[in-house]
Amino acid sequence: MAGTTKVPQSSTATDQPPTRELDIVPVRNYARWIAAVASVLALVGLIGSLAKNDNLHWDVVGDHLFADLIFDGLATTLWLTAAAMLLGLALGTLIAVMRLSSSPVLYGLANAFVWVFRGTPLLVQIIFWGYAAALYTYVKIGVPFTDITFFQAETNALLTPAIAALLALGLNEAAYASEIVRAGIQSVDPGQAEAAHSLGMRPALTMRRIVLPQAMRVIIPPMGNETINMLKMTALVSVISAHDLMSNIQDVYAQNYQVIPMLVVASIWYLALVTLLSVPQAWLERRYGRGTTRAAHVSPFRRLLGGAVERLGKNSKEQNR
Amino acid sequence: MSTPMVRAEGVRKHFGRLEVLKGIDLTVERGQVCCLLGPSGSGKSTFLRCINHLEKVDGGRLTVDGELVGYRQQGNKLHELREREVADRRRDIGMVFQRFNLFPHMTAVENVMEAPVKVSGVSRAGAREQAHALLDQVGLGDRGHHYPAELSGGQQQRVAIARALAMKPKLMLFDEPTSALDPELVGDVLDVMRRLAADGMTMVVVTHEIGFAREVGDTAVFMDEGVVVEAGDPRRVLVAPEQERTRAFLSKVL
Repeated sequence: MAGTTKVPQSSTATDQPPTRELDIVPVRNYARWIAAVASVLALVGLIGSLAKNDNLHWDVVGDHLFADLIFDGLATTLWLTAAAMLLGLALGTLIAVMRLSSSPVLYGLANAFVWVFRGTPLLVQIIFWGYAAALYTYVKIGVPFTDITFFQAETNALLTPAIAALLALGLNEAAYASEIVRAGIQSVDPGQAEAAHSLGMRPALTMRRIVLPQAMRVIIPPMGNETINMLKMTALVSVISAHDLMSNIQDVYAQNYQVIPMLVVASIWYLALVTLLSVPQAWLERRYGRGTTRAAHVSPFRRLLGGAVERLGKNSKEQNR
Repeated sequence: MSTPMVRAEGVRKHFGRLEVLKGIDLTVERGQVCCLLGPSGSGKSTFLRCINHLEKVDGGRLTVDGELVGYRQQGNKLHELREREVADRRRDIGMVFQRFNLFPHMTAVENVMEAPVKVSGVSRAGAREQAHALLDQVGLGDRGHHYPAELSGGQQQRVAIARALAMKPKLMLFDEPTSALDPELVGDVLDVMRRLAADGMTMVVVTHEIGFAREVGDTAVFMDEGVVVEAGDPRRVLVAPEQERTRAFLSKVL
């Protein structure tokens, strides 16, 4: 009997003391039911109109979903995401340590870096790196204010669109990652480092064995978000034709004019990749959640379905009672 | 007489403008238990932290086993040591904190093994064996695989004592080890400390446990506002103090 919960040893007698053995009727939320029905109807209507809309051209979507050009773009998007995140995390950690340093020069430089790269639009930074040759025709490495040069190359030869994209995304990410890493390190109780020091552990060992593993618990969830964001932000590098997924999609619809179907192809792939990315994130969160009472014991599979499994399970359990 | 384990001569320390230690003189002989008592803000915890250089000393001389802590003397100048060198000198000074400060991402056994393996280079197997023996010694032989969050405060503090003992220290510092515990758990921790003292460990204990100080302490030191007010045999200092301030403090806590 869904909806009502029976208290054991139920009795219908009204002469019994009223505090015992009565049926409990939960509140009926009529407004919630109406809202649910209306939402489902709206969704069905939307899906129906999309299915009947000939302009969507599902045949075009099907033709291009597994095309070679799309796979080439996917490969670029993936390595660009991974490389930019690695660059961002490495540089971001360095900047975080600089911002925690007691040297005012290192602290100031790190602050200036974050100020510039977080304070200007990513799109501007991408185009800037793409057109860096207009600023410096040659890249030279040598002793400043002298003619001594160790290395020299043409900027355009060095900064291919892919490298420009990597630099733009990685440097921008470093600014954000440094804030996340700094917050993570600062979230660890100073007593932890004191305890480690009192055992004779040196600063580097203390950081590696005691502080960073605990900081990871705070760092991983936002860095997971950053990775997912990065995957989608790589689409921006299409403005300098870095041959990522979005660039190639644009190349296709520039020729066949099927803009909407090609955007559906792009959306399907981005959505699939983002969904897959949440698996390693859940695994890492469990790995670094050891020893905490709120350690997430959610399996990566469940994480993949965004908690839908638990909700279904909970509801059916409630109804079975 | 051999060199004392701890010798403080005119030790000064200030935080900004606030002078928290105004010239502390104190000697702790080998095998002795020295209890530091006093109201909060009297500087007793700060002095304890100076002993293993968790706080830098601003003036005076502080030696452990005849060695300056945190400095190297050359002529009449004291050169500050690098953090790596300070870390090496801290190895044989154990410390137990009020808030336990166990490493939450490691089990009890891993907490005890960490420093012997990573600092002293003991083999994992050897360190594990020693960790189990030490946990047995503090009455937690069956709790080795638990994380700190799964242990009571009293159990965590006893793991912390075992962790400090794993480095085979010649001196143990206790910073209000029972102040964060439920009253019923205090006894277990004090028992472990009592046995340690009976085994001849040199200990400096900041505490509010007057009974423990009277029973286990070889000397009691009463501090107030950054100075030592009265020091000596606990059965005298804590029973028939000479100073009015000591008497006033004891009448409040007893």
